[in-house]
Amino acid sequence: MLNYIARRLLYTIPIALGVTIFVFALIHLSGDPLSAVVAPDATAETVEKLRKDYGFDKPLPVQYLFWLGKALHGDLGNSIVNSRPVLDTLLAAVPNTLMLAVVATLIGFTLGCLLGGLAGYYQGSVIDKLATGFGIAGVSVPHYWLGMVLVIVFAVELQWLPATGMGAGGSSAWEWDWAHIKHLILPAVTLSVIPCGIITRTVRSTVAEILSQEFVQALRAKGLLHGQVMRHVMRNAAPTVLAVMGLQLGYLLGGSILVETVFNWPGTGYILNDAIFRRDIPMLQGTILLLAMFFVILNLLVDIVQTWVDPRMRRN
Amino acid sequence: MNLQTPAAPATIEISQTIANSPGYWSTVASRLMRDKVTLFFGCLLIAIVLSAILAPWISPADPYKTSILRRLKEIGYPGHPLGTDQTGRDMLARLIYGGRLSLFMGVTPVAIALVVGGLLGVLAGYAGGAINMAIMRTMDIFYAFPSVLLAIAISGALGAGIENAMLSLSIVFIPPIARVAETISTQVRTLDYVEAARASGAGSLRIIRVHVLSNVLGAIFVYATSLISVSIILASGLSFLGLGTKPPEPEWGLMLNELRQAIYVTPYVAALPGVMIFLTSLSFNLLSDGLRSAMDLKS
Repeated sequence: MLNYIARRLLYTIPIALGVTIFVFALIHLSGDPLSAVVAPDATAETVEKLRKDYGFDKPLPVQYLFWLGKALHGDLGNSIVNSRPVLDTLLAAVPNTLMLAVVATLIGFTLGCLLGGLAGYYQGSVIDKLATGFGIAGVSVPHYWLGMVLVIVFAVELQWLPATGMGAGGSSAWEWDWAHIKHLILPAVTLSVIPCGIITRTVRSTVAEILSQEFVQALRAKGLLHGQVMRHVMRNAAPTVLAVMGLQLGYLLGGSILVETVFNWPGTGYILNDAIFRRDIPMLQGTILLLAMFFVILNLLVDIVQTWVDPRMRRN
Repeated sequence: MNLQTPAAPATIEISQTIANSPGYWSTVASRLMRDKVTLFFGCLLIAIVLSAILAPWISPADPYKTSILRRLKEIGYPGHPLGTDQTGRDMLARLIYGGRLSLFMGVTPVAIALVVGGLLGVLAGYAGGAINMAIMRTMDIFYAFPSVLLAIAISGALGAGIENAMLSLSIVFIPPIARVAETISTQVRTLDYVEAARASGAGSLRIIRVHVLSNVLGAIFVYATSLISVSIILASGLSFLGLGTKPPEPEWGLMLNELRQAIYVTPYVAALPGVMIFLTSLSFNLLSDGLRSAMDLKS
């Protein structure tokens, strides 16, 4: 097992390096990286001086290594807009996105397992058709629109829940009381729809496949009740479903930008959106690097846990 | 988001003979005809696509014509069956016209990715060795990003614009398609009848054209139809963030963004563009599911 973990780690390093090269390249995709900092009427000498100050006059590989070295030490540069370190701004926002993504994944996981399990167990029944329909609707719905619809229904029409934000005091004053939690409900439910749809579909097909295996017939022949058979099925389905859930968490962390924009939720997606429109390239780079690294590490963890639970999954 | 689809389909069956046997497509067609749900959403999709194409002839009004007097009217307002938007433009006309850009921006990246990803995958699978390593490990790097993040990163760095949005989406979809194409090509390469063809003197190009492509095309095509649904949501999502189309163009995602403030005045009208995105994406998803099960003759 240790051997396997070591090999997976070795395999992850080139990918992580590739990610850093891609993120580094973003600054040059945006055209002249200086255009965002230089005033349009700046003289040629000022531009040259700035180019030197930022190190843009050096060859690209040197620039990359320099940037990577700083990034490895936790220095992601300073924001062009407010000159504050990118990492500080990001670290303040990460807990908010994490909270949203974890709650959404938990909702999606619970509901998805329930619906998918029932659908897989009672194949062809009404509940199967409903769950399958729900699953496909969940993966087809544009969630930024769903967020708007939920705001229209629960905030504008019924006035039960607040439409945007994190409540009084913003993210620094967050507490797990109703006054704050009610701000979390709509964005978390919106974000949970996709993992819910995917987990419903995964659980349904996994359960259906396991039920068709011979050992299930043996269990039934032995006289086990529905619930007892289901317990065996669930134990066999767990590795696949947990892996899907882990990956979903990663997708939500990186993909919450649209929902955060709809709900003005002060997380990493909100920062990213802001950085794009102010052409704050260091901020953009830093956010994407951080989110992508989260995803790489999460992938690695999912793989290791999955292999640990079920050694047959070991990939070479 | 549902960008997660890039999990390559786990069970790719290599149809060794059925794909070429006469009557395969007619069997598939007759199976599709019996699938009522697929049929219904297929017709709905055709209706949406046709109304987008025929927009200049069927639209009841000019989608760009603003009116200060008729701003934010609810559904059923005389002369505007689906109400008006924040500058008094007719919603029905804008929804019909909006399909043009939304569908175009959603389908084109998948088509580009189908060609580029398919070629890369077949090349990697057929060549094997170092070429395979180089291509597939590069693809792995793009897999290290959640697809929404990748699309937003690229189009955010490139700047707003339809071309940039479509380019970034193409890059998102190339790796998953390449992975599917590579898996199948690698499997096909070692099949007995391909060995036999090689032994009887067939060149690489001929083997790829006759044996590899005939197996790869069907699979990546079906896979690509399922990606269109994701692509439509993402393309409109980019416009929703202001990274795709620019005003005053009618595009469902951008319309949704422009109407965000209108939810307090005309909530139902504000939600309409999203209904169109949802229906289109749902139709593509169901169509792809139906197609997949109709093409799987063993079920």
